[in-house]
Amino acid sequence: MANNKMLIKFFIASESIFFVMLILAYINFHGSNVEGPNAVNSLNPLRTGIFSLFLLASSLSVWLAGRSLVTKNHFMMKIWILVTIILGAVFIYGQASEWLGLIAQNITISRNVFGSTFFTLTGFHGFHVCVGLLMLSILLGLAMFGDFKGPKSDGVECVSIYWHFVDGVWIVVYSVIYLWAFL
Amino acid sequence: MSTRIPIVPENVKPLPALKENEGMLTWVASIDHKQIGIMYIIVSMIYFLIGGLEALLIRTQLAQPENAFLSPEVFNQMFTMHGTTMIFFVVMPLLIGMGVYLVPLMIGARDMAFPRLNALSFWLVVFGGILLYYSFFTQSGASEVGWFAYAPLSEKPFSLNKGPTYWALGLLATGIGSIASGLNNIVTILTLRTAGMTMRRLPLFVWMILVTSFLIIFVFPIIASAFSMMLLDRLLGATFFTPAHGGSAILWQHFFWGFGHPEVYILVLPAFGIISEVIPVFSRKPIYGYEFIAGSTVAIGLLSLGVWAHHMFAVGLGNVANVYFALASMLIAIPTGIKILNWIATMWGGKIWFATPMLFATAFIIEFVIGGLTGVAIASVPIDWVVTDSYFIVAHFHYVLFGGSIFAIFAGVYYWFPKFSGRMLSETIGKWHFWLTVVGFNMTFFIQHFLGVMGMPRRVYTYHDFPYWGSMNMISTIGAFVLAISVIIFMWNVRYSLKHGKKAPDNPWNAWTLEWATTSPPAVHNFDLVPPVRGRRPLWDLAHPDNPDEPNAKIV
Ligand SMILES: [Cu+2]
Repeated sequence: MANNKMLIKFFIASESIFFVMLILAYINFHGSNVEGPNAVNSLNPLRTGIFSLFLLASSLSVWLAGRSLVTKNHFMMKIWILVTIILGAVFIYGQASEWLGLIAQNITISRNVFGSTFFTLTGFHGFHVCVGLLMLSILLGLAMFGDFKGPKSDGVECVSIYWHFVDGVWIVVYSVIYLWAFL
Repeated sequence: MSTRIPIVPENVKPLPALKENEGMLTWVASIDHKQIGIMYIIVSMIYFLIGGLEALLIRTQLAQPENAFLSPEVFNQMFTMHGTTMIFFVVMPLLIGMGVYLVPLMIGARDMAFPRLNALSFWLVVFGGILLYYSFFTQSGASEVGWFAYAPLSEKPFSLNKGPTYWALGLLATGIGSIASGLNNIVTILTLRTAGMTMRRLPLFVWMILVTSFLIIFVFPIIASAFSMMLLDRLLGATFFTPAHGGSAILWQHFFWGFGHPEVYILVLPAFGIISEVIPVFSRKPIYGYEFIAGSTVAIGLLSLGVWAHHMFAVGLGNVANVYFALASMLIAIPTGIKILNWIATMWGGKIWFATPMLFATAFIIEFVIGGLTGVAIASVPIDWVVTDSYFIVAHFHYVLFGGSIFAIFAGVYYWFPKFSGRMLSETIGKWHFWLTVVGFNMTFFIQHFLGVMGMPRRVYTYHDFPYWGSMNMISTIGAFVLAISVIIFMWNVRYSLKHGKKAPDNPWNAWTLEWATTSPPAVHNFDLVPPVRGRRPLWDLAHPDNPDEPNAKIV
């Protein structure tokens, strides 16, 4: 049934508003911490940019998984889902190490409004990536047991739509937090 | 030509059927939309009693000047919990519950699109309520910061008790449940309509639920993000809304009312839907201006997203912002007025039958117009500056939410109770309930307009013995107790009628929408056969094959 895909699309529309509000909060306080830690003096856009490429690449791999589903290439579908999980996990590793580095410099969520907005926005995004990784792992597990023979599966397609959404949100978040700080 | 055709699509995997002998488990484990709808209504009614009790305590404290019946702290907890309960745990779940019960029946479907998600939505509301009320058992009790929880009062240095934390957590859980039910309703209405049920033939109640659901999925994320930030402030020391640490208290107000104003329409649009079903049936005429009622609802939904700062005129946002928000708010009076005119035009020249549902629907129009008119008045900036945070505002929103939403809900309960239960509610007790509600409601709240204009602020736990304040407050308090008696009479009517009420036929009101085509109460699978839909009133067309609403309609 087309219902599942319709549900996930409206769900994403609803989630978008949630992220818009977090981004608005970030924008509202942008530049209000001239002294103390802020985006300009605490973040490394190049390093995070490289980790972002892994997340962007995972959009491609999840798309290839969908193609393999259509062509009923069960083996390659499993491979591409696995690749997507690995790429997403690398991104999360990058974010975790960035957070630990900041916290080591005593830049935390309670330090100032930059800390509050930065950790909240990237944290909620990272949480969404983790949920996506969980769902991809479930897909992979089910595929191992022989599910998703193709050419159609609402499960694979819905997770794929969600994963593209999480990537798209990151493009906006990266632009607002990292690129804006260095323009 | 066959009169009934089997067009209910059966699910790919059949839904688990109910077993008669498993007691409460048939309810707790249920994913049937009718059982979930009824559970929504029962839970809301329990909260209605709790919220009503809180209101009585408030009114008792205010009955006399310099009264010491409640301590200031307890009084603050009472008005906070009363407002929160009535909005999020009474009116919203009542309307969502009626929607969940009726929408699949009205569109000729077997169930909601996602029955398990439906159950999840309901249980999130239940657990959200438990989380909220658990705060009474924590040290220093429930939240004391009012239902809009303005920062910085709701923040750490000013509210050290756990009340606001539980408050935000409870509402967050409930809000996620509401989003899930909104998504479920949208997909159900867009994809599960029976053959011939085009969007132009959709019952207006379903139209209102559809627009409400879109509002829910677009504005509850706003408050979910604001609650998240508030919780991070309170639990992890973030500084979103604490000006002392670089945050912004006004940002909370923008976020809260960005949600809070559309929320008012979430509370009242389904009520409009109930009225749009009841009035034509009891006037024995088709609804007048169907397209205008549906279209004006869409207009209200869109407009409601851009008017939030009329709650913030006292902040000092500047003249440009104030003028914009005042004018945009007044614009909403146009699509709302269109609806009122259409309902009156439907009644005009009809054979009106004043059964209890129609009594409540008629009273709804009158009370809601009063609330609407005071609403237009306080959308004007200078008037708002005079009466803001006074009892005038309290009177205004009770005319909208009680005179509007609750009156419509009572109309709907009397109208659909036969379908829900297979029994008619007693008309005699119903008339007592109705008249006591009208008297009690107006006695409680009309006089508060004057108290507000005389300068009585809302949310004060007591007041000096100014001329007339004591007697006017006493009248309001007596009205509240009359209202309480009316609610007890209603509960008694339900109890009595469930046992001894007249057995309800399938279609006791001679109504025209599909839910009346099945048995009362409906079988688990809703319909054996869905009547063909060739117009807006399928049961009229079925009964009058020689005089259908749309004579040229294609037969599916
Ligand atoms: Cu408003």
